[in-house]
Amino acid sequence: MAGTRATEDLRLVQISKEFETFTAVQPMDLTVPGGSFFALLGPSGCGKTTTLRMVAGLEAPTTGRIHIGAKDITATKAYQRNVNTVFQSYALFPHMTVLENVAFGLKRKGDSAAMTKARQTLDLVQLEQVATKKPAQLSGGMQQRVALARAIVNRPDVLLLDEPLGALDLKLRRQMQIELKRIQSEVGITFIHVTHDQEEAMTMADTIAVMNKGRIEQLGDPATLYEKPASTFVANFLGQSNLLRAQITGAAVDGVMPASTHDHDVWVAADRVPDGLRDVWIGVRPEKLRLGDAGRNQIKGQVTDASFTGVATQYLVAMPWGFELMVVQQNDGSPRAGVGENVTLSWDPGHEFVLDQSQAEDAGSGLVDG
Amino acid sequence: MAWFRKHLLTFAAMVTMTILLLPNVVVAIYSFNKPNGRFNVELVRFSLDAWKHPCGTSGICDSLSLSLKIGLTASLVATILGTMIAFALGRHRFRGRSATNLLIFMPMATPEVVMGSSLLALFLNIGMSTGSLAILIAHIMFCLSFVVVAVKARVATLDPRLEEAAADLGSRPLTTFFRVTLPLVAPGIAAGALLAFSLSFDDYIITNFNASPNSITFPMYVWGAAQRGTPVQINVIGTIMFVVSVAFVLGGQLVSARRARAAS
Ligand SMILES: Nc1ncnc2c1ncn2[C@@H]1O[C@H](COP(=O)(O)OP(=O)(O)OP(=O)(O)O)[C@@H](O)[C@H]1O
Ligand SMILES: [Mg+2]
Repeated sequence: MAGTRATEDLRLVQISKEFETFTAVQPMDLTVPGGSFFALLGPSGCGKTTTLRMVAGLEAPTTGRIHIGAKDITATKAYQRNVNTVFQSYALFPHMTVLENVAFGLKRKGDSAAMTKARQTLDLVQLEQVATKKPAQLSGGMQQRVALARAIVNRPDVLLLDEPLGALDLKLRRQMQIELKRIQSEVGITFIHVTHDQEEAMTMADTIAVMNKGRIEQLGDPATLYEKPASTFVANFLGQSNLLRAQITGAAVDGVMPASTHDHDVWVAADRVPDGLRDVWIGVRPEKLRLGDAGRNQIKGQVTDASFTGVATQYLVAMPWGFELMVVQQNDGSPRAGVGENVTLSWDPGHEFVLDQSQAEDAGSGLVDG
Repeated sequence: MAWFRKHLLTFAAMVTMTILLLPNVVVAIYSFNKPNGRFNVELVRFSLDAWKHPCGTSGICDSLSLSLKIGLTASLVATILGTMIAFALGRHRFRGRSATNLLIFMPMATPEVVMGSSLLALFLNIGMSTGSLAILIAHIMFCLSFVVVAVKARVATLDPRLEEAAADLGSRPLTTFFRVTLPLVAPGIAAGALLAFSLSFDDYIITNFNASPNSITFPMYVWGAAQRGTPVQINVIGTIMFVVSVAFVLGGQLVSARRARAAS
């Protein structure tokens, strides 16, 4: 079904929302490409739901415009917008059967094939067998799929999903993530998926916008966000980071720059260092650090904790200045270190990211270098 | 002893039911009586006379039809107004909301004699004559509180996101109200309407204060007749009323039981 219709971009222009004295969403610009799977990721209270509600028309923006393609829909009512929502709490109509719930939107548009289409969509989410049941008779995962079917059956320009997997247990969550991804590629609708689960966002989305305190901190594809976070908040919110307090000590030589962290000389990739920055955080992901001296940058420390997780072993290694680095070593047969052992940690230039030190290092909660 | 303890609850329930239902049974039995004299207090012999001629006593059916008319009108008006008030109180924040909340309870808390007499004073003061219209206004007034309480409880449990979901799915506000809001609040409205009708139909004190000689309601008729004698027709109508209301309640329970079964 993908490609049978031109899905248009959703554009938010300087959109903001103030509740009495509280600004839930700071003026923001955001373009969501048509047909993409877009994730809005951020901690609780950062304004994700508010942003979705403005797109759905359930909340009027304080400033700014909302466009779908060439149309400005800012002033239209929720029921006039070709946008559908899968609510955080599902909000299924308890007095209607599953089928009636799914057909509700099409019937409002006077679609004579409403029931047939509703049945087809129930097939798509594999719920044809419960069509005549009431929502209260279904499990959480089934209700979630009904909510999804009720929205996508209308073939909206944009589908908004507000933490639709929040209430599910881990196994069902994983299953539904795959399901959602499949359905999205099948129907080719623009999905905006709100979540505060970074893993979920990274596995599902083409593009992720990381939100914090009503602002978008960074926007990009999952790999870019993970490898090149633009702020300590993003670095700590997406996965684990070791942030080392450091100074750039010289100019670039052969694509690398000398730096010093706690009197250890290290090299960082020059293209990772923002122009003119001297006081920096050097961020290294736990899986980029290796036990042993195979990498060019080396630091010595003592193992304080080792936990075996099956596919990997996770170490905490105390630095001479007290800070503990997290190291994740793949369980690939390389020798394991024990608690109390003195080890050398190493990594290669280019495996780090470099951020301005004026940012608080624990934004988004992470490991703090003293 | 153990057996007794195990069945104590059943036993207590049966005693309670008997005490509750005995008067109705007595009323029903006496509706088949043919008394000597004007008072239907002694079982004499079996007869269907009263059932064949329920309007056989002068005035009884006029009073019944007046009571039904007032009851239906009062409960209809009170249900519509009360539902709107309940939505306003349950959904919106406005000035005077808590005052309204309090005032709504006043008619339920005021003794009927006080309310009846003060209403009469009010009607006389504004130059309105007593009679069926005065009774109707009084009934709407006191039924209103009960409807508001019943509907408000239901509105409070209604998830506002359901209406948002309906709007999100392209439903205009009016459609949303009739397709989503109303069906979900309906049990509360029905309960309020039934309560309003039975309160209105039953009321004697307030009605009596505001009645005129041409507006004799059924309770007034029964009361008046009791001074001079109790026609068997009273028992007939009483029995019919009882059966009809039991049928209503059973019907309602059947519907909700079916719903509960479907939803479990
Ligand atoms: N109607 C409202 N009135 C006042 N403040 C509100 C209202 N709705 C939301 N807020 C505030 O706006 C902020 C953002 O809320 P929002 O629901 O968008 O957060 P969220 O990112 O969806 O969080 P969560 O992950 O917990 O769902 C919160 O601090 C919240 O308290
Ligand atoms: Mg939210």
